[in-house]
Amino acid sequence: MNVPVELKYSREHEWVRVEGNRAIIGITDFAQESMGDIVFVELPSVGDTVEAEEPFGVVESVKTASDLYAPVSGEVVEVNNEPVDAPEVINQDPYGKGWMIVVEMSDPSQLENLLSAEQYKAMVEEQA
Amino acid sequence: MTEKLIFELGSPGRRGVEFPAGDVPATALHELLPREYLREQSPPLPEVGELDAVRHYVRLSRMNFGVDVGFYPLGSCTMKYNPKVAEDAAALNGFANLHPYQPAELSQGALRLMYETQQDLAEITGMDAFTLQPAAGAHGEMTGMLMIKAYLESKGETGRTKVIVPDSAHGTNPATATLCGFQVVEVKSDERGGVDLAALKQVLGPDVAALMLTNPSTLGLFEDHIIEIADLVHRAGGLLYYDGANLNAIMGYARPGDMGFDVVHLNLHKTFGTPHGGGGPGAGPVGVKAELEPFLPKPVVIKQGDSYLLDYKRPQSIGRVKAFYGNFGVVVKAYTYLRALGGRGLKQVSEFAVLNANYLMKRLSNHLRIPYRRVCMHEFVASPPRECKERGIKTLDIAKRLLDYGYHPPTVYFPLIVEEAIMIEPTETESKETLDRFADSLIKVLEEARENPETLKNAPYTTPVRRLDEVAAARKPVLGWFPE
Amino acid sequence: MRFIPHTEEERRQMLNLLGIENTDRLFEGIPREVRLNRELQVDGGLSEMELSRHMASLAEVNTGVDKTICFLGAGAYDHYVPSAVKHILSRSEFYTAYTPYQPEISQGVLQSIFEYQSMICLLTGMDVANASMYDGASALAEAALMACASTRRDRVVVARTVHPEYREVVRTYLYGPGIKISEAPYREGLTRAEDAAGLLDQNTAALLVQYPNFFGCIEDLRKLAEAAHSVGALLVVCADPIALGMLKSPGQCGADIVVGEGQPLGIPLSYGGPYLGFLACREKFLRKMPGRIVGQTTDVDGRRAYVLTLQAREQHIRRDKATSNICSNQALCALAATVYLSLVGRHGLRQVAELCLQKTAYARNLLAKLPGYRLPWQSPVFKEFVIETKVAPEIINRELLKHNILGGLDLGRYYPELAGHMLFCVTEKRSRREIDLLADRLGAMS
Repeated sequence: MNVPVELKYSREHEWVRVEGNRAIIGITDFAQESMGDIVFVELPSVGDTVEAEEPFGVVESVKTASDLYAPVSGEVVEVNNEPVDAPEVINQDPYGKGWMIVVEMSDPSQLENLLSAEQYKAMVEEQA
Repeated sequence: MTEKLIFELGSPGRRGVEFPAGDVPATALHELLPREYLREQSPPLPEVGELDAVRHYVRLSRMNFGVDVGFYPLGSCTMKYNPKVAEDAAALNGFANLHPYQPAELSQGALRLMYETQQDLAEITGMDAFTLQPAAGAHGEMTGMLMIKAYLESKGETGRTKVIVPDSAHGTNPATATLCGFQVVEVKSDERGGVDLAALKQVLGPDVAALMLTNPSTLGLFEDHIIEIADLVHRAGGLLYYDGANLNAIMGYARPGDMGFDVVHLNLHKTFGTPHGGGGPGAGPVGVKAELEPFLPKPVVIKQGDSYLLDYKRPQSIGRVKAFYGNFGVVVKAYTYLRALGGRGLKQVSEFAVLNANYLMKRLSNHLRIPYRRVCMHEFVASPPRECKERGIKTLDIAKRLLDYGYHPPTVYFPLIVEEAIMIEPTETESKETLDRFADSLIKVLEEARENPETLKNAPYTTPVRRLDEVAAARKPVLGWFPE
Repeated sequence: MRFIPHTEEERRQMLNLLGIENTDRLFEGIPREVRLNRELQVDGGLSEMELSRHMASLAEVNTGVDKTICFLGAGAYDHYVPSAVKHILSRSEFYTAYTPYQPEISQGVLQSIFEYQSMICLLTGMDVANASMYDGASALAEAALMACASTRRDRVVVARTVHPEYREVVRTYLYGPGIKISEAPYREGLTRAEDAAGLLDQNTAALLVQYPNFFGCIEDLRKLAEAAHSVGALLVVCADPIALGMLKSPGQCGADIVVGEGQPLGIPLSYGGPYLGFLACREKFLRKMPGRIVGQTTDVDGRRAYVLTLQAREQHIRRDKATSNICSNQALCALAATVYLSLVGRHGLRQVAELCLQKTAYARNLLAKLPGYRLPWQSPVFKEFVIETKVAPEIINRELLKHNILGGLDLGRYYPELAGHMLFCVTEKRSRREIDLLADRLGAMS
C-alpha cells in the first residue's frame, strides 16, 4: 500500500496535496485497490463550491459505488478530465494522473482535521 | 456458442408476418397528417422471415437457464417450480382477451378471481385488506410506504420523517424509503442475526415513521424478538412494514398480521408459484390492517350482493401506482396455485421448504462456514471455508464452477453483513436426490478449490459463453445495435 | 402433496439426518404467541383436472375481445398478435428464469433484452433504452423523477391530454419526494406550446406529453420541445410504439426522455396487465436512468456476449441513494415486443400503423356524418378519436353491446367537461364491415 508521506488524508480515503491555498484532491491507493477496477467517475464543475465532509462526486466500480467526500471546503478551480474519460488512471496512478479536483480553500485550518500519512496508515491497518 | 443479433439475420424485403391489405377507401396521407409529422424512412427494424425469427429465439432460449432446466437455489428469490396448469389458465381466452375498460358485467369471472385472491392473501398474512395493483415487490414496497406516509399525515403526524431499516435488508428497502421521501436510518444486526434491540431503542423516537423488516430475515432466521420489536415500534408511534420476500417459510405457521405488522407486501412470483419471466412480470400485492385500508390504491375489487365491482370511491386513497388493476395475468396464475394447494397445501409448502433448507444446511455444515448456527427457515447463509481465502478463491469462483456442474449458483455477496456470502434457498419443490446431488457437487467444488484452485478461478468452461469482461462493459457502454 | 416430491420414506430419512422426530421442531423458533393454531381458511386441494375445469368455468363467465367487436382503446389495444410470439414466450428456458445475474447461462434473456433496447432506440430516436419498466404509466412517473434528478429541479408540468390514469400514477410517485405538478390545458384536443409555456418556469424539470395523446390527437412535439428547452426543462414524451412506425420519432422532434406502453407490441390485453413500460433517453441522462440495462462485451475467449451493466446506479448497490427502487423489469413482455417487432419488421410496422390510420380516418368520417354525432375537434389523429354524442355514452354502449360491439370510452368519467363525449379506437383488426356495423348501430340511435 502506497501512502506518500507528503500528503494529508481524510478518513474517507481521499488525499490532499497542499500548494499554498490550493488543495489538490484524489483518492488513495488503498481506496482504488479495495474498489477494484474503476469504471466511472463523476466530478463537480469548475466554479462549484464544496463543503468539508460533504460529497463532491462519485466513483464506481462494477459492483460498488462510493461517494467522494471533500476533505476541505472551498471553490473548485480545476477539474481533471482524465479520470472522467479514462477511469483506469485512478487504478494506475492514484496520486499522479488520477488526481480529481483542485479546491481554493476557504478555511485552510480544516487541514488540521486531516490525518498524516502515518495516522492514515494506522487507520487502514486497524480497519483491515 | 454465440448467436447473431436479429438485426444481422434475414434479408431486405423479407417479412415474418403478412397483414391483409386495407379494406377501407384509402385517403392520401398528407390529407390525414401534416407532412412534417411523418418519418422519412421506416425505422430499420429487422427484415426476417417467421422461421428466421423462430429459430433465432429458440436458439437464444437454449442459451438460457430456468427452473425447468435445472436446480436454481437462488437465495431470497424462491425459485420454485411453476405449475404448467397455471400457464394454461392465464392463457384462456376468457382471461387473456379482456379489455381493462370493458363493463364489469362482462368481467365477473375476472373480478371474482381478484376478489378471492385479495381475501385469501389477507387470510394467509393476517391482514384486513389487500390491493393487487403493484407490479412487483419493490413496487409493493413503494405502495405500502406511501400509505404509511399518507396515514401518518392524516393523523397530523408530519414530523415522522425517518424509516428504520436493518443492515441485512434488501437494497430495495432503503431505496424505497428514499423514493417515498423518508430518511433512512440503518440498525445493526446482533450476533444471532436478529435486529439489535439496543440499537433499535436508540433510534426509535417521535421522528420515526416505520421499521421495515423481513421475517424470516435475509439470513434465513426467524426474528425471535418480533413481539418485543413490534411493541417498541408501536409504542414509539411508528408502524411496522413487512417485506414478504421470505413468506414461503411460514405459511400456515405464523402470520405477519399476528406478529404486529401493519403493512405487508408479497411477491406472487416467489411464494405463489408464478414464473419470474427472466426478470418479470411478477406481482407485489400489498395488505394492510383496517386503519390503513382507506389509503389503498384505487380501485379495489369489492363484492356487492352476488356481483363484483371496482370501487373507485376512495377519497383517502394514495391514488394509483399503475394503470388499470395490476398484473392480472400473474394474479390468475397465483390464484390457480392457491386453489391447487388450499390452506393445508400452503402449510406443507412451508414445511418442506424449511425441511429442505435445513437438510441441505446439515449436509454442507462441515464443508462451509455457517455463521449463524441455529435452525434456519427456508434458506441459509454460509461462507466458503478458510482455506479458500488462503488460496485466493472467492465465492464468485465457487459460483462460477457450479455452472459447470449444471446448477444455477446460489445468491452470492448478499446479505452484505456476511463475508463472501453464499445464500442457498432450495424451495419445497426439489426432491431429496436433487439436494443430495447438489450437496455432493458443492463438496466436490470445494475439494477442487483445495487441490486445484486454478480450475475454479477460470470456471466456467462448459457454458455457452465464459466469464465476461464486465469492466469493459461498464467503462465503454455499448447498449444497443445501431445501423451504420 | 401438490408440487412437493417427497415420499414418506424420504421425509423420514431427512428428519433422521437432522436428528429430529418431526418438522414441527424446525418451527420452534417462532414464538408461541404468534403461532397460528388453526388451518388457513383457503379453498383448494383441487386435482389438476378439477382445477382446469374450475379455471375454465371462471374464464367462461367473462366476455373478451375475442367474442366482441372492440372499439375500445384508451391505453390498452386490441392489435393482432402473430402466433409465433406466443410460441416463443412459452419456451420455459425464458419464462422460468430469474433476472440474468449469471450471464454465462443467461445469454438468451440478455441478448433478447439487448435487441429490445436497440429496437426501442430505433423507434424513439433515443440513444439508450433500459431493459423495461412495469408499464407505460410507471415509466412516465419514473421519467418525471429522472428529469428532476437530472435538472435538480422540483416541479413538473403534465399535459391534461396525457392518459388520466397515467397522470394519477405520476401524482402518486411524486407525492413521496414532494415534487409539485401543474397540468397544462388543451385546446382542439391538443396541448398548445403557448399554454404550456405559461406554466413552465426556471424550477420546472420537465414537460410531460403523450404522442399521440389520450384523445388520439398528434401533438406538435417540436414546438413543445422548444417551449420546454427555453426554460431548461426536459421534454418527456409518452409514445405509442405502433404510431412510431410512421410518425417522426420523438427524438427527432427534440424529446429528451421517451417512455411508453409496449402492450400494443404483441402483448395480450389480459385485463390490464402484465404490460410493458419502455424508457429511453439521450446519452447524457444515462446515469440517471432507472432499472436494468444490458450492455455488450466479450468473454475470456473473445466471444461477443451480453451482461447487466451500469449496476452502480441500482438499489442493490446504491441502496438509499439509488436512482430508483426498481429491481426487476418486464423481461418476458419485452421479449414479446422484440419478437413482435422482428416478425412485423421494418415494413410491417409501418403497414400496421397505416392500417390503423386509414381505418380510423374512415370510421371518424363515417361517424361524423351521422345525425346526433359531432367531431368536437379537427386536429389530426392516429388510431383513436373523440366524438360528441347526443345520446348518453352509457346508453350507447349498452345498446352496442346488444350487437356484440364493445363501444368507446365514456370520457365524462375522466374529464367532466367532456361529458357526452366518447373515445373510439380502430386498430388494424377492425374490418370495414365491422366499422360499417358500428356506424349503422350508432345511426339507429340518434
